[in-house]
Amino acid sequence: MEYFLQQLINGVTLGSIYGLIAIGYTMVYGIIGMINFAHGDVFMIGSFVSLIVIVALGITASTSFIVLILALILVLVIAMVFAGIYNWTVERVAYRPLRGSFRLAPLISAIGMSITLEEYTRIAQDARPKPLQPIVNGGFEVAKRVNEAGTFVVSLSYIQIIIVVTTLILMTIFTLLITRTSLGRAQRACEQDTRMAALLGIDVDRTISLTFVMGAAMAAVAGLMFLLYYGVIDFYIGFLAGVKAFTAAVLGGIGSLPGAMLGGLVIGLIEVFWSAYFSVEYKDVAAFSMLALVLIFLPQGLLGKPEIEKV
Amino acid sequence: MAEKAQNTAHAGNDVGAILKDCVFASLIALAIFAPIIGLKTESAPGGLILNQRWGAVFIATAIIFFGRLALHILFWSRAGETKKKASAASRLGTKLEPLIPFIGVAMFTAAVILPWLPSTDRYILDLGTLILTYMMLGWGLNIVVGLAGLLDLGYVAFYAVGAYSYALISTSVFPMILPHWMMAWAFWLALPMAGMLAACWGLILGFPVLRLRGDYLAIVTLAFGEIIRVVLTNWISLTNGPNGIPGIPRPSFFGIEFTRGDNGFAHTFGLQYASIQRIIFLYYVILALALFTNFFTMRLRRLPIGRAWEALREDEIACRSLGINTTNTKLTAFAMGAMFGGFAGAFFATRQGFISPESFVFMESALVLAIVVLGGLGSNIGVAISSVVMIGGFELFRNLDFLKQVFGPDFDPSQYRMLIFGMAMVLIMVWRPRGLMTRRNPTIFLKEKKAVSGDLVAQGRG
Repeated sequence: MEYFLQQLINGVTLGSIYGLIAIGYTMVYGIIGMINFAHGDVFMIGSFVSLIVIVALGITASTSFIVLILALILVLVIAMVFAGIYNWTVERVAYRPLRGSFRLAPLISAIGMSITLEEYTRIAQDARPKPLQPIVNGGFEVAKRVNEAGTFVVSLSYIQIIIVVTTLILMTIFTLLITRTSLGRAQRACEQDTRMAALLGIDVDRTISLTFVMGAAMAAVAGLMFLLYYGVIDFYIGFLAGVKAFTAAVLGGIGSLPGAMLGGLVIGLIEVFWSAYFSVEYKDVAAFSMLALVLIFLPQGLLGKPEIEKV
Repeated sequence: MAEKAQNTAHAGNDVGAILKDCVFASLIALAIFAPIIGLKTESAPGGLILNQRWGAVFIATAIIFFGRLALHILFWSRAGETKKKASAASRLGTKLEPLIPFIGVAMFTAAVILPWLPSTDRYILDLGTLILTYMMLGWGLNIVVGLAGLLDLGYVAFYAVGAYSYALISTSVFPMILPHWMMAWAFWLALPMAGMLAACWGLILGFPVLRLRGDYLAIVTLAFGEIIRVVLTNWISLTNGPNGIPGIPRPSFFGIEFTRGDNGFAHTFGLQYASIQRIIFLYYVILALALFTNFFTMRLRRLPIGRAWEALREDEIACRSLGINTTNTKLTAFAMGAMFGGFAGAFFATRQGFISPESFVFMESALVLAIVVLGGLGSNIGVAISSVVMIGGFELFRNLDFLKQVFGPDFDPSQYRMLIFGMAMVLIMVWRPRGLMTRRNPTIFLKEKKAVSGDLVAQGRG
C-alpha cells in the first residue's frame, strides 16, 4: 500500500510534466491540424535555457528560501520567453511557408526541424549529459511502514509539490487565457474554421504564431520542472518526452486542453506503475504501445470530439 | 511585423524596409543564439560553470543578417516574378523529361562498371555499397510513402527485423540443422527468409494502424520502430542486447567462399587471392538487390495493385466508393515495403558481420525518408539521384579537412553533417516540396501520354 502511494505521487509528478508538454501539441494540432514534431525539442531548449540561467544566477541549495522562490520564478519567465522565441521562429521558418501544401509536407519539415534543433544543441552545448546539483531538497514524510523487511518511507518532496502546484497554477491561468480573453476567443475561432475566422477579421497568422509561443512557454515550464526533478538533461531528452507527450495529447483527445492534462497524468501514471511493478527496461514500450492502442481503439481520445469525415 | 516589413520590401524595394527586416531578423537570431551558443555549460569540480562565447554568437547573427539581406536582394526583390519562375522551372522539367531514361541508363552503366575503373579503390567501393543500400531502402520506402501515400516513420524497424532475422538464423539455427557444406549457402538461404519475416512484421504492424489518417499513422509507425529497438536492446537472451551479434557469416559466391584456401574463390577461378574480391562481390550483390527492388516496383505499378496504391494516395474515399479494398491495398504496400527493407537489412548484417541495436535508430528512418522526399515522392529515378547526393554529401563532410585551416584545428566538419541534414530537410520542403523529380509518370492514360506535374497529385493524403 505504501509502495503504491509512493508510485502514485511519482506518477502524478511525471504526469504533470507530460501534460504541460502535451498542451503545446494539442493546441497546435487543434488550430492547424499538424503535429509539431519539433515541440519535444522546444521543451529540451527550454530545459537548457533554464539550466544556463540557473548556473548564471548561481542558484544553489544554500540560497535562502524567499530568494530561491523569486529566482526560480525569474528562471521560469526567462525560459518561457526564450522557448517562445524559438517556437515562433520554427513556425515562421518551417511551417508557415508550407500552409496549403500537401498534407505530409509540414510533418516532414517538422522532422527536419527537430533534427536541426537537436543537432544545434548538441554542437553548441556538446553531447555530455549536464548534471545540476539538487537545488530544492527535503520533503514531507507522508506515511511509514516498519516491518521485518525494513522501513519504507513514503515521501512527498518539496520539488514534487512545486511541480504539481506550478502546473495547477499555470493551467488555471492558461484556461482563463483561452476562455476569457479576446486572444483565446480568436484561437478557438481559428480552431473551428480558419477561413471563416479570417473573413471575420481575425489575423490568423498572428493567432497561429501566438499559439506556438504559448505552447512553447508551457513546454519551457515542463523543461524547468524536468531539470529540477531529474537533475540531469542532455540534447536528446526532447525526443522521448515529445513522443510520450504526444501520446498524452492523443489519449486525452487531441484539441482538448483538459484532455491534454488528463492524458499526461494517465501516461505518467502508466509509466511509473509499469516501471514499479513490471520492468523498467520496457517502460518506453508501455508508453508507445499505449499510443498505438489508443489510436486504434479510441482515436477521438478521452475528452475529444469524434472526427466527422467529410467528402 | 517581419512580414509587414517583408511585404513593403516586396512592393517597392524600399531599402529602409529591407534593412529594418534584416535588423529584426538578426535581433531574433541574437535572442535565439545568445543563451545556447553564447553560454556553454561545462562540467567543473564544483558543478557546472559557464563558458562565454560571444564571438560565435556574433558570427552566427551576422550570418543571419547578411543571409537575409542576400535573400532580399537576390530572390525576394523579384517577388512578382516568382510565379513565372516556377512555371519556368516546370517547363525546364518537361524539357528534361526525355533525358530521364538516359540518366537512368547512365547511372546504371556507371554502377556496373564502377569496380573496374582504374581509380576505384576499396574506399569508393564501400561508399558505393553504402549508397546502394540506402537506394534500396529508399526504393522500398517509396512503395509505402510515395506510391501508397502512407507516411512510415518506423521503416528502420523492418531493416532491423531483416538484419536480426538473418543474423539469428545464420548463427543459431543453421549450424544446428544444416550439414557443414551447406553453411556456405547461409546467406542465400536466409535472405528470402529475412525478407519474408520482415514482410510478416509489416503485416503485423500494418494491420492495427490501417484506420489511422496520415500523421497519426506516422507517429504510430515511429512508436513501433522504437518498440522494436527497445525490445532488441532488452531481450538479452535472444539478441544479446546492446552487445549485439558478432560473427555473422559472410556471403559466398554461390557456395564458394572468399577464403585463401583451396576451395576459396580465388583458387577456384585461378585468381590471385585478394580481399577486394569479396568487396566487389558484395557491391554486385547489393546492386542486384537494389535493381531487383526497382524492377519489381516498376512492374507492380502497372499491375492493378500498383494502380490501387496510387489511387489510394490520391483519394481514399473515392477508392472505397469504387470498390477497392483499401485494407488489402494498404497492407500489401506495407508488406512489400517491409520485405525490401528486410532484404536490405539481411545484406547489411552480412556485410558488417556484426549488428547491434545502435544501427537501427530513428535517425536511419529519417534519413531514408529524407532520401525519398528529396528525390520526389513516388519517383524511382529521383530516389536514386537523391541517395547518391545525400550519402555522397555525408561522405564529403568527412573530407572537408581544408576547413580546419580556416576555422582552426578544433573544427570538425563531420560534426555538422546531421545539422546540415536537418536544415536541408526543412529547406527542401519549403522550396521544393515535391522533391527533385516533380514529374509524374501517368500509369494510365487516354490516347496520348502526358506528363503530370507533381503539383497536381495529392501526395500522401493517407
